[in-house]
Amino acid sequence: MEFPDNLHYTKEHEWVRLEDDGTVLMGITDYAQDALGDIVYVELPVVSDEPVTKDEPFAVVESVKAVSDIYVPISGEITEVNDELPNSPEVLNQDCYGDGWLVRLKPSDTEEFEELLSAKDYQSFIDELS
Amino acid sequence: MGEQPTVKKSVMEEPIFEKGSSGRSGIDVPDPGGPVPIDAVLLREDLAGFPELSEPEVIRHYTRLSKLNFSAATNFYPLGSCTMKYNPVANETAAAMPGFAGLHPYAPDQHVQGALELVRELERWLAEICGLAAVTLQPAAGAQGELTGMKIIRAHHLACGYARKKVLIPASAHGTNPASANLCGYDSIVVPVDERGLVAAAAVEALLDEDVAALMVTNPNTLGLFEADIERIAKSVHQAGALVYMDGANMNALMGVAKPGHMGADVLQFNLHKTFSTPHGGGGPGAGPVAVRADLERFLPGPRVVERDGLYRWDYERPDSIGRVRSFYGNFGILVRAYTYMLACGGDGLGQTTRSAVLAANYLRARLSGVFHLPYQADSMHEVVFTDKFQNETGVKTLDIAKRLLDFGFHAPTIYFPLVVAGALMIEPTESESLETLDGFADALLAIAREAAETPDVPRNAPYETPLARLDETRAARSPVLAWSPKPAETA
Repeated sequence: MEFPDNLHYTKEHEWVRLEDDGTVLMGITDYAQDALGDIVYVELPVVSDEPVTKDEPFAVVESVKAVSDIYVPISGEITEVNDELPNSPEVLNQDCYGDGWLVRLKPSDTEEFEELLSAKDYQSFIDELS
Repeated sequence: MGEQPTVKKSVMEEPIFEKGSSGRSGIDVPDPGGPVPIDAVLLREDLAGFPELSEPEVIRHYTRLSKLNFSAATNFYPLGSCTMKYNPVANETAAAMPGFAGLHPYAPDQHVQGALELVRELERWLAEICGLAAVTLQPAAGAQGELTGMKIIRAHHLACGYARKKVLIPASAHGTNPASANLCGYDSIVVPVDERGLVAAAAVEALLDEDVAALMVTNPNTLGLFEADIERIAKSVHQAGALVYMDGANMNALMGVAKPGHMGADVLQFNLHKTFSTPHGGGGPGAGPVAVRADLERFLPGPRVVERDGLYRWDYERPDSIGRVRSFYGNFGILVRAYTYMLACGGDGLGQTTRSAVLAANYLRARLSGVFHLPYQADSMHEVVFTDKFQNETGVKTLDIAKRLLDFGFHAPTIYFPLVVAGALMIEPTESESLETLDGFADALLAIAREAAETPDVPRNAPYETPLARLDETRAARSPVLAWSPKPAETA
């Protein structure tokens, strides 16, 4: 299982990548896609000026096993969503850190980055789970 | 993925629309001998796509289809959390009696005294079993019972001046609980499960405040474990002015032995289609009676059966009631079946049912633990949850174990639920099974564990003995084919 060093992670099994333009991309981790199994349905939020708040559910991923909420990793505005994903949800299983990204956010509070986990800390968190 | 599942032609049955031929029929309709006395514009030119078959072809088609069914009437069905007990034939005999089956819901009370007495008596029996004061039989399913119960709790709080905002729900509760609380306008707050697999009193107490309307607790929980702290938890919930809703879906672990009312439950729903042997699956229909403590009786759905001078009648004068939750009086035919089951078992028999169900689950637990990973160590109640942790070392997962069980003639347990256990295999044998069946099931699982260690491809590619080989579940979910359509060649 891979957890790239250049990403930040949440205990809800999401990854966050800081982009050069100050926005962040987010998606679900390798652990999450493996635990969910074959993903069959993705429901994404809409691009909006309405701010979203950290930890609130804002997307849904459904696999053959279960339906799971995806939580806002960093408060801010949703500036872009991965429109391709609802039509080809299998990409989440195939490339969760690349083409399987979910949402782009413009963070409103960069201090929240402090609460994210490093790849190493996320790995330790996963090890404790199993 | 993407390959068609292997179909065994000898056992598969084509759709009835692909059988027969034009002009064939089961009965000969006499020639009217002249013009048909129907307006010509209403007459069909042809039979639009209807199958045309002889009577024996129709009979054989549906008989063969019925043989492809897997049910509790054909095989062991240890689907955890579902209580797939055997449904006695006596239930059907009673429900089919003309005095019950032929009733009209608008029949005058004085013509249906026996049916009203049955309703009243069943309410009393259920109240006795759960240790609460009053019962409504109206809700048509377990989840509707939950919603009814939550609406009663909301009505209680509103009568006290403030409806409150939140409902506490343990992570090991039934999946429908948060939905029921949400439908009733409450936010559901998850109470974590501790290392015992139980809800600790402190975990509930930490979340209690004046906005909490209720705790919705499933006891025993979906891990099949008895909530040992329930009395203290209920006391704390009551001290905060909130109520205890108990999901009674797992009453097959308590019936006739322990009463939720004595543990502090204020409101509870029964699932007659689980605990009381009424039909289950395929749409049921179900029944989810709700029991409440005495001071909540005024909120129950109306009308209610009342008795005066030896006569039963429907009472519609219920100003505090939350209102009807189901047309007429609930699924009456199901109530007759549950009544019959309780009458046949008797009080002692219902207690013995519970003891046998708990014994069966613990027997399987003892036979399988060590070979299958047991995430929680406490004694089981009516069901036991294992995981695929040991088998996964060779890449054999819960889904593979479940599929392979079908080859041995057993329905798979509930899998990947509860969600708090990774790779869960949730087994609920019920009291219906003989020792030989339980041993056969345990032997099958042990054989699959050996295969997982020695020849992991065998379970990974199972099943082999079913009419269809392993289905592509992903494709079935992403692009389901929900209706038959003619083959392209035939439409030309």
